[in-house]
Amino acid sequence: MSSDVALQAVDLVKHFPTGSKGLLGRPDKSVRAVDGVSFTLRKGKTLGIVGESGCGKSTLARVVTRLIEPTSGNILLDGVDITKTSGKDLRNMRRQMQMIFQDPVSSLNPRHSVGQIIAMPLRVQGLLDEEHSNERVKELMKLVGLNPEHFNRYPHEFSGGQRQRIGIARSLALNPTVIVADEPVSALDVSVQAQILNLLERLQSDLGLSMIFIAHDLSVVRHIADDVAVMYLGKIVEIGPAEEVYASPAHPYTKALLSAVPIHDPSERGGPGRIRLQGDVPSPIDPPSGCRFRTRCWKATDLCGAVEPPLQAEASGRVVACHFPEETPVSIGKSPE
Amino acid sequence: MSNTAAPVLSVQNLRVSFDTQDGTVRAVDDISFDVYAGETICIVGESGSGKSVMAGSIMRLNNSSTATTEGKILVNGIDVLTASEEEVRGIRGSEVAMIFQDPMSALNPYFTIGKQIAEAYVVHHPGASKREVHDVVLAMMIKVGIPSPEKRIDEYPHQFSGGMRQRIVIAIALVNNPKILIADEPTTALDVTVQAQILDLMMSLQKEFGMTIILITHDLGVVAEVAQDVIVMYAGHIVEQSHVDALFHSPTHPYSWGLLGSVASYGANKRGDLYTISGSPPSLISLPAGCAFHPRCVHSKGSGNACMTVQPKLRDVGTDGSRSACHLTDDVLISIGRGSDRS
Repeated sequence: MSSDVALQAVDLVKHFPTGSKGLLGRPDKSVRAVDGVSFTLRKGKTLGIVGESGCGKSTLARVVTRLIEPTSGNILLDGVDITKTSGKDLRNMRRQMQMIFQDPVSSLNPRHSVGQIIAMPLRVQGLLDEEHSNERVKELMKLVGLNPEHFNRYPHEFSGGQRQRIGIARSLALNPTVIVADEPVSALDVSVQAQILNLLERLQSDLGLSMIFIAHDLSVVRHIADDVAVMYLGKIVEIGPAEEVYASPAHPYTKALLSAVPIHDPSERGGPGRIRLQGDVPSPIDPPSGCRFRTRCWKATDLCGAVEPPLQAEASGRVVACHFPEETPVSIGKSPE
Repeated sequence: MSNTAAPVLSVQNLRVSFDTQDGTVRAVDDISFDVYAGETICIVGESGSGKSVMAGSIMRLNNSSTATTEGKILVNGIDVLTASEEEVRGIRGSEVAMIFQDPMSALNPYFTIGKQIAEAYVVHHPGASKREVHDVVLAMMIKVGIPSPEKRIDEYPHQFSGGMRQRIVIAIALVNNPKILIADEPTTALDVTVQAQILDLMMSLQKEFGMTIILITHDLGVVAEVAQDVIVMYAGHIVEQSHVDALFHSPTHPYSWGLLGSVASYGANKRGDLYTISGSPPSLISLPAGCAFHPRCVHSKGSGNACMTVQPKLRDVGTDGSRSACHLTDDVLISIGRGSDRS
């Protein structure tokens, strides 16, 4: 593995057993939340993962950080497989990889002061130096744009954006190399969203962090990500450099998803080529055979129902899981720079 | 807005406040606007800007034991705020209907969706026969795009997806053919592909029924897609009212500049800092003196003390019908608003 890879996921699968009990009282069905996902996160870069609710992106975040155990597959952190580690090794692994959560209210303990919250990772790791911990906490608070004087305050005394800053400070306490951010700005108002996005970008370049950024908001991912992976029903349907994917999506689902995003310009209203997908995402308990998107795809043929398209590089260099990928002309719309 | 016909809805000097343990929350503070037949007006603002409370007042839905409401809301010449309960009941549903953000909590899980659509119809058509009600409900389900309505009319809300539930809520709202539809964040809980379906549906139903839509949203993308006129709210006040093209191309209020600048636009090129509005919205219990936006406004220092002491009135700015509540001069508002760098 080359040295510029921070994290690699290989064929990750997470199935949640569900449904009525079958033979021997075992659940006879499973929700196939993540169903064979592979990607690489480049060092110092941001990989955006987008998809609609229920596509498995949050489960993927939790599997990658091993907050839940994968059903199968491997996760290589800096070349080391972390799927089998336990005990001390697992704890050491967690120093390198930290997570930022969506809801800044429920991810902070209301009974702990901000100082305690930010120092908690140090305490858990046995790195807490009582003498210097206050200094470290204040340093972190300054880093994320909080007033260090406020370390004795409690989460309810802060606004939503400030609470998210507390969560970010906590995730940075152990000097991790990889940050997994699961919808870090979706609970915030736009003016505050912009503050947090700017902060994440600044921290990333200052600290050289590699980041997995999960969001349903395509505009936000477009702004922050270097690479982007599009998920549908537990699988990645397309992955590649953000500029390419956004400028000329190769998978029909990516194209439809981008087309559904409201354009922030009233003069482009009702422009040509808007695609409206019919229906809803099928159930991940019983996904369609073959290509999972075929039930909503305008290009689907018998082949799509029979054979599942693998995620592979096309002749154009685009990595896409589709039997009939979109043409990718040299320039379409806004050309990538 | 140079409309000679009488407005279908006229809100005049509306104030709504709530008494709480911590003090009086002034959710809506002296708001006036008119809405004309067939138009789509968007009310945009961040959490706590008072947009939902304002919408609730139009239907008189705010809890009268805690809310104090002043001003006038005229629907069809009737002041909703002072009308009798009976008169208001006549307005709700048949004149003004409302759809809400969360379609699951807007529907009753114990009743079939057929029964829930029928209920809304029967309230205003007490003499309707069973046959008639059934036909109306089926026709409505077809109009909002629910597949195989004969079968699904007897199903319960949990058997529908989020997008389908929102279609049912729309069917309930439109079954009495209201003149005004108030939609409070109708697509916020939905995925972007389903949001596009629902917005398309609302726009095509508007054409068919000729109704006025008041759409409340925090999403400027949705505003750009559907609005004709836009009202921007901040801390209970209207800070700007403009035609949608004017708002996006030459906004005339510093808060609008900030709001438009902080959006990570999908068309924009990656990277580069987003423009941010520093700080966060004020507490509605103790609003700043003068202009409520002044502590976050980068322009407030340039205009002397007025920003800190005098609350700016909404006034006409420029020639394209924009109205702004800001102490900066018209020339400054127009030239900065048209410039690419509004920060």
